This record gives sequence, C-alpha cells and structure tokens, in this order.
Amino acid sequence: MIAPGEQKTITFRIRRQDKQDAQPYWEVFELPYRLNLNVISCLQQIAENPVTKEGRQTTPVVWDCNCLEEICGACTMVINGTVQQSCSALVDKLLEETGGGDIVLEPMSKFPVVRDLWVDRTRMFENLKRINGWVPIDGTHDLGEGPKESPEQQELRYGLSRCMTCGCCLEACPQFLLDNDFIGASTIGQALYFNEHKTGAVLADERLDVMMEPGGVNDCGNAQNCVKVCPKEVPLTLAIAKIGRQTTKRAFRYFFAGR
Amino acid sequence: MAPSSKPRTIIIGGGLAGLAAAVRIAEAGMPVDLFSMVPVKRSHSVCAQGGINAANKVARQQGYSEYMHFDETLYGGDFLNHQPPVYDMAYWAPRIIDLLDRMGVPFNRTPEGERDLRMFGGSLYKRTHFSGATTGQQLLYALDEQTRRWEAEGLVTKYEFWEFLWPVLDEQGECKGIVAQDMRTMEIRAFRADAVVMATGGNGLIFGKSTNSVICTGGAAARCYQAGAWLGNPEFIQVHPTAIPGEDKCRLMSESARGEGGRVWVPRKTGDTRRPNEIPENERWYFLEEKYPAYGNLVPRDIATREIFWKCQEGYGIGGGRMVYLDCTHLPDATKNKLAGIFEIYEKFTGDDPRHMAMKIFPAVHYTMGGLYTVYTARDDYKGMVEGAPNNMMTNIPGLYAFGEVNYQYHGGTRLGANALLSCIFDGLFCGLSVANHVNDNVKNRADDLPEAVFDGYVKQEQDKAQALIDADGEDNPYTIGREMGNVMTDRCTVVREAEGLAKCLEEVRNLQQRFKKIRLSDTGMWTNQTLSYARAVWDMLLYAEAIVLGADARKESRGSHYRTDYLERDDANFLKTTIARFDPATGEHALEFEDVPTPLVPPRARTYGQTEQAAAGAKA
Ligand SMILES: Cc1cc2nc3c(=O)[nH]c(=O)nc-3n(C[C@H](O)[C@H](O)[C@H](O)COP(=O)(O)OP(=O)(O)OC[C@H]3O[C@@H](n4cnc5c(N)ncnc54)[C@H](O)[C@@H]3O)c2cc1C
Ligand code: SF4
Ligand code: SF4
Ligand code: FES
Repeated sequence: MIAPGEQKTITFRIRRQDKQDAQPYWEVFELPYRLNLNVISCLQQIAENPVTKEGRQTTPVVWDCNCLEEICGACTMVINGTVQQSCSALVDKLLEETGGGDIVLEPMSKFPVVRDLWVDRTRMFENLKRINGWVPIDGTHDLGEGPKESPEQQELRYGLSRCMTCGCCLEACPQFLLDNDFIGASTIGQALYFNEHKTGAVLADERLDVMMEPGGVNDCGNAQNCVKVCPKEVPLTLAIAKIGRQTTKRAFRYFFAGR
Repeated sequence: MAPSSKPRTIIIGGGLAGLAAAVRIAEAGMPVDLFSMVPVKRSHSVCAQGGINAANKVARQQGYSEYMHFDETLYGGDFLNHQPPVYDMAYWAPRIIDLLDRMGVPFNRTPEGERDLRMFGGSLYKRTHFSGATTGQQLLYALDEQTRRWEAEGLVTKYEFWEFLWPVLDEQGECKGIVAQDMRTMEIRAFRADAVVMATGGNGLIFGKSTNSVICTGGAAARCYQAGAWLGNPEFIQVHPTAIPGEDKCRLMSESARGEGGRVWVPRKTGDTRRPNEIPENERWYFLEEKYPAYGNLVPRDIATREIFWKCQEGYGIGGGRMVYLDCTHLPDATKNKLAGIFEIYEKFTGDDPRHMAMKIFPAVHYTMGGLYTVYTARDDYKGMVEGAPNNMMTNIPGLYAFGEVNYQYHGGTRLGANALLSCIFDGLFCGLSVANHVNDNVKNRADDLPEAVFDGYVKQEQDKAQALIDADGEDNPYTIGREMGNVMTDRCTVVREAEGLAKCLEEVRNLQQRFKKIRLSDTGMWTNQTLSYARAVWDMLLYAEAIVLGADARKESRGSHYRTDYLERDDANFLKTTIARFDPATGEHALEFEDVPTPLVPPRARTYGQTEQAAAGAKA
C-alpha cells in the first residue's frame, strides 16, 4: 500500500475515440491523489473538470456505468491491460501494482466503440435471444409453485445466473472477435443455465441446435481465458464441457434417429 | 374515425416494475414499447441483496399470515399507507413468489428442495425469500428473460439507451405518448401511445451520494411533475444506518453485521487520527450500547441512523469526518465466516478486511417512499382493489400510470425491508391489466388519430430546451451544482429536520436554481453527450428537491422516516394525510395540499417498537 503523503498525483492515460469509425487518440489527465479512490470516481472528477495534463480544455470522457457496485455489468473496460469493472477497480491497488505508475484506460476491443470507453454490447443480448434464453412458462396466472430443486442444483444454477453480461470473458477469449460469429462463453453458460431448469429444458434441443451451428460451442478452443477473468466466478469451463457433451449426444440422435 | 392501427402502450423503465408490467401487458395481447436509459438488465433493481417478503406455506404454519404481512406494512409505514392496495399486495405476495419460482429464479433451498426463508426487520416471523446475496439481480433477470421472450414474439420493442424527456398530452389533457432522446445519436423524437407507464425508480441522487445507481435522479418523475402530474408525500425518504461511504457512492452494509454482534463506536477524543486497532478499549465510545443498554447496537434503523448522525455532528466522527466504526474484529471465526459475503463487498471496495480492521460506515439515503401521486378503485369492503379497474395506479393525468418505486403508494412513512421488490412486481403484474383495460375500454381518442402537429410541438419544445443548455455560456458547472445540492439536502433534509434548517435548505436550493441558469457545458457536441443529459437532470432534481423541502417543512410532526426535532410526536389529528404537491409551470410555484388517508381496515395505533425501546433504555440508564 502506498502510504498517504508519498503519492501526490495520479496520472490517467485514456484512449479516446469520438465515434465508431473515428481515429482513436490518447489524452492524459492528472488528478490529485486521495486515499480510497476507484477508477469511476476519477472519471467523475474528469467529467467535472475536463482539462488535460497539459492544461488543455477537452470534452468529458464518455463511459458506461450504473450500479457502481459491480453487479450491473455496465462499466467494463480494459485497465492497465486487464479487462475489468471500473467501479470496483481501486486506485490504491492499481498504484501498488504499477509502483505508482500511470493508469491506462481503454475500451474493450471486441465490441464496436460508441464513444471513448463506451462500447456496444448488443451482440451479447441478441445471443440471449438466439438461444431462447428463458423458461417457457404458460403465463402469469396462478399455477402454483415451480419445480422442487435440491440445494446442489440451486447452487449450480445460481452460479450460472450471476452472469451480468459484462463481456470480460469475451474480451479475453482468443476465439471471440469483433467480426466473427462465435457465440462466446457467457452465452454458453446461459444455455446451460436454462437447460438445467426442469421447465427450461423443454427448449433444450433448440438451444443445442444453436450451439451446433457455425460459431457455436465447437468454435471454443478451450483456452480457458474466459473463466480466469470472470468477475462473478461463473463456472464457464463446466458449462462449455457440459454443453459440448450435450451437443455431441444430440448429433448422434440426429444421425441415428433423424431428430 | 376508425382506429388506424392496434392500440399500443409505452413503459418507461425496465426495472422490476417496468418489466413485470411489460410481461403482463404483452400477455394481454397489447404491443409495448419499452424505454430505458440503460439496457434493462442493468437497471437499479439489480442492486437489491436482501430478499422479498411473502406469507408462504412454512411461514403460515408458524402462525404468520397475509393479514399480518398487511398489518406489519401499515405499522412500519406509520399508517400513512393507503390500506386497500397494501392489502392486495400482501395477499398476492405468495402467488408472486410462486410465479417467480416458475420463471426459474434460483431461490435458496432447504435440504428437501423447498424454498428457504430468512428473518428480516419489522417482523417476528421468517417470511423473506432470497436468492444468495443477490436477490434483486435474480428477480430482475427472470423478468428480463420473460420480456426477451415477448420481444422475440414481436409484442415488446425495446428502446434501450433512450431517455424519457416529456409526456405528450392532448387537448383533453390525456397522455398520448412521450418525447424521448437517443443517448447515442442525440435524436429527439415523439412516440405515440394510448397509455404510458412510468416505472423509473427512486430519486436518491438528489442527496448526492446514496445507495442508489447513478441514473436514479428522479428526473423522469420531476418532468411529469412539471407537466402537471402531482407528487405524493415527496418528503418521505428512507435513510439506511449503515452504508460504506465511497468517493462515488455509498454502498449498503447489511444489518446482519450488527445482528451477529458487530459493535458501533467512535474515538472518545474528537479528531483522533490513529488507526482503529491502535485505539485502546478505554478510549472508545460505544455510544449505542451506552445510551440504549437494552438493545445496544440493535436499536431500530431510524434510531441508529440519528445517533450516528448526531455523534458526527458533535465532531466525534472518525478523524472529525462523517464516519463511525462498525467493528466485527472481535467476533469468533465461526461468526466471521457467516458474514463472509458482506465482508467481501466491504473489502472489494475499500481494500480493508473487516476481519482485522473495523469498518467505517455512515447512514445513506436509500429509498424514496414518496413519488408520483396515484389513485385506485377500492373494493366495496376495502379489502383490496377492483382487479383490472382502469384507474389502478393512474396519476391525475388520464392515461399516465406510475408503478414501482416512483409510485408513492404502499410504504407510507417508511418502508419495511424486503417489501420494495414485492411492491414493484405487484404493481406491474396487478396493475398491468388495468393499463390494458384502460386502453381497450376507456380511450376514445386514439393516439394514432392525433395530428402530427401535436407531437411536433412537443418535440420542438424539447429540442429548444436542449439547445438552450448547449448554447448556455455562463461560468457555473452542472456537476458542481449537483454536488452542492446533494450536500445541502443531506445536511438539512434527511435524518433530522427542523424549521430553521429547512428554511436555509430551501434558500440554498433556490440559489442553486438561479446559478443553474448561468451554466456552461463542457461538451456541446451532438453525439453521446452525457453532460447534456446530466445537466438536464440537475435542473429537474433542483425542482424535485424544492418539493421535498417544502413537504418536510409543512409536515409539522414526526412520522416514520420524517423526524422533526421541533415536532417530536406523530400528530394524527392534523397529519394523517397525504402531502400532495402541484407545480404551476406559469409561475414556477409549488402548491401543497393535504388529503386525508382513510383507514378503513386497521385503525392507527402507536408505533411503539421505537418508543418502548427508548423507554426501556431510559429506565435502565
Ligand atoms: C442497495 C439496495 C438494496 C436494496 N435491497 C432491497 C431488498 O433486499 N429488498 C427489497 O424489497 N428492496 C430492496 N431495495 C429497493 C429496491 O431495489 C428498489 O426499490 C426497486 O428495485 C426499484 O425498482 P423499480 O422497478 O421501481 O425501478 P429501477 O429498478 O430503479 O428501474 C428504473 C428504470 O427506469 C429507467 N429510467 C429512469 N429514468 C429514465 C428516463 N428518464 N428515461 C428512460 N428510462 C428511465 C431506468 O433505465 C431503469 O430501467 C434495495 C435498494 C438498494 C439501493
Ligand atoms: S460469464 Fe462472467 S465474464 Fe462473462 S459476461 Fe458473464 S459475468 Fe461477465
Ligand atoms: S475456453 Fe477459451 S476459447 Fe473457449 S470461450 Fe473460453 S476463452 Fe474462449
Ligand atoms: S457500474 Fe455496475 S458493474 Fe460497475
């Protein structure tokens, strides 16, 4: 920990981009050091007073956030080379890691930039639609309780359900690219989540069909970068393995029974 | 004229209330346009941790009932709640849990596979359902998934990253659509609808740092207020005693830390700068235990909040600031392990491990009981509302509804823990049908038949307002004004209120309104201009803040979360009433009026859990 007094200022190097197709450029900001800052509180200071280190007036840096407690998934960005949430990125920890060096902020590279650090993650939400990411209930009428579930099964599903669509796993994945059609680890996790629910499993075959298309689970190279960066410890390795097995079984069924 | 297309509805907000409404209205066969400033899956509801209340079968066998849930909610709300809607909410709660269960919410389970329950404040029974430490997230996701299903079927159309700016009213004063702005392209346009539901959540940001998410400005409600919708009980704001103050927001620290034996203290010496573990036992002041020996650290929320607030005002806060210690370092390891989940949150955001270092906490604004004023049709025996009655949770503007935290109903003077998620989902499911019925049965002049000019006029109004902000060339900064508003509102209009402080607060808020007229934006571009969006919200918050202060001043009593040092008693004769605030756009004046709260089912009784406490503590002290 850097003791107060030693560190007087913090330097932020921020990769900026005015629009999706515009050329990116860098700007440097210097802020007074205080204990217990996080990256978002620094971006808020910059928004209030957008002046670069050289003293030039500029526009406030644009970024996406909402909850500020690492639960909504909005504020993901690449900080000092590591993809993470900027609300839970503590400045003291970053300074400790770099020995008081610059803090570098970049947008995620696997999604189109809207502006500055804000990227467009529509693809993630569209993928949830593709895999029928819901439990097909009959309706909202009073039809009694849902299926009983063991604590172990609940634990598995709860772990999968904590995915906050943040995109860290996709940013870290060598197979998921800005311009290819790989469905990505988070969606594979969600497919398992719904397949593991008794009523959700009614659509299991439809989900597996999507997983067997080009860009499906077979495109995963098993590098396991995804699981290492997931802030919610979603059991992605397990999901990829299980969905992989389920698709193999389904392929056999196609082959022998034609359905 | 024959209607030119199918009737449609608009919902503003995709938290629990907005999504529940979308699902219910789509199920009734009516198309929904759903607007949200963030992807709905990232709405503020995702933050709720604790749980959701319902008298389910296990609780019932322990002697709990829907009626008791109903009664507790009134008692907790100090009888300012309207009784028929609360009655329905309590009786629907078990069915709502069942429905969420069918949607696949991973509720915690008992060994036999039943839904598990936990204790929560304001009840002697275990009646709170939960899903790990992220109940709100799990419930929101389940409704998000069902909404996505309707989206795939073509009945729900989402407009995410669109900001609601203004309701469109026709000549009869009925709501016929909205004006909204795309937060990326900055395009401003009108959308037609035969009914509009506001489900835009609370207004914590008026108080600067709160436990709320950054879009919880109350801006949307304030815009409806300026367009003629009334506010109900704006002065009722809930402050949670233990939050982790941060540079950017205050994060909730669960009450279970104190429940398990956590002790609250300050250094006896004012301005002590030593680290907590360097301060010896005899130089620590366990002020709650000293003043309330019977209950100690577990005094009710509002008392704990005020005592902590006062200690800091007297200068005893840590290092002279606004924080006290919540100490769990002395607890046995087994107990510490039980608290692992909440310790993790603290460590993640402060870098300190509460196992070895006392936590620093302070009260923070948490929940908005007041909001848009709404009506309903009660059943003849007052036991609930008439199901599907078109006016259930409609504002005074025909066709404009308010659901969820932005609705002033259900919680009265203060909200019980784990009742908010319930009220949001109940609003959406129960009153969603009312919206569909209103559109099908009551609407004579269809939005689609209105001339384009009506909508163009509103679009022009909003474009002009945006342009005026872009063109403003004063010196002041909207972010600075927003911060100062938060400070003065927190200082003068939260935990303790009195006439003089409120007068100063009002003066300061009005000053800030004047200063706002001389701002300059640091971003004047027309692409994802977040500064414009924030500046617009600051103005709306300043107006909303004024209504809050005026309400707090006019309510000369103490009730629920509203505590006046100059009027310490609850005064049913004069104030068992709803505060209604109306705004006159011509003069910019707010007008207040009090309306009786009928109590047809449960007569008001003294809210003694706080007072017995003090009396017992006083007798011992
Ligand atoms: C930290 C925390 C913990 C909590 N824990 C619990 C708990 O354990 N149990 C419980 O019962 N309650 C709890 N609550 C309260 C509960 O979470 C909220 O009352 C509830 O989630 C509010 O839901 P909502 O649907 O009304 O609004 P929100 O979830 O706040 O959603 C508001 C929606 O409106 C949209 N919106 C707002 N303004 C605009 C605009 N101008 N244009 C377009 N869209 C707009 C937003 O994008 C969002 O989609 C907690 C609250 C907090 C802060
Ligand atoms: S799986 Fe993890 S890393 Fe991937 S989107 Fe979900 S929460 Fe983020
Ligand atoms: S295992 Fe590797 S290739 Fe597969 S999804 Fe994860 S990071 Fe991508
Ligand atoms: S702002 Fe929600 S995760 Fe960071």
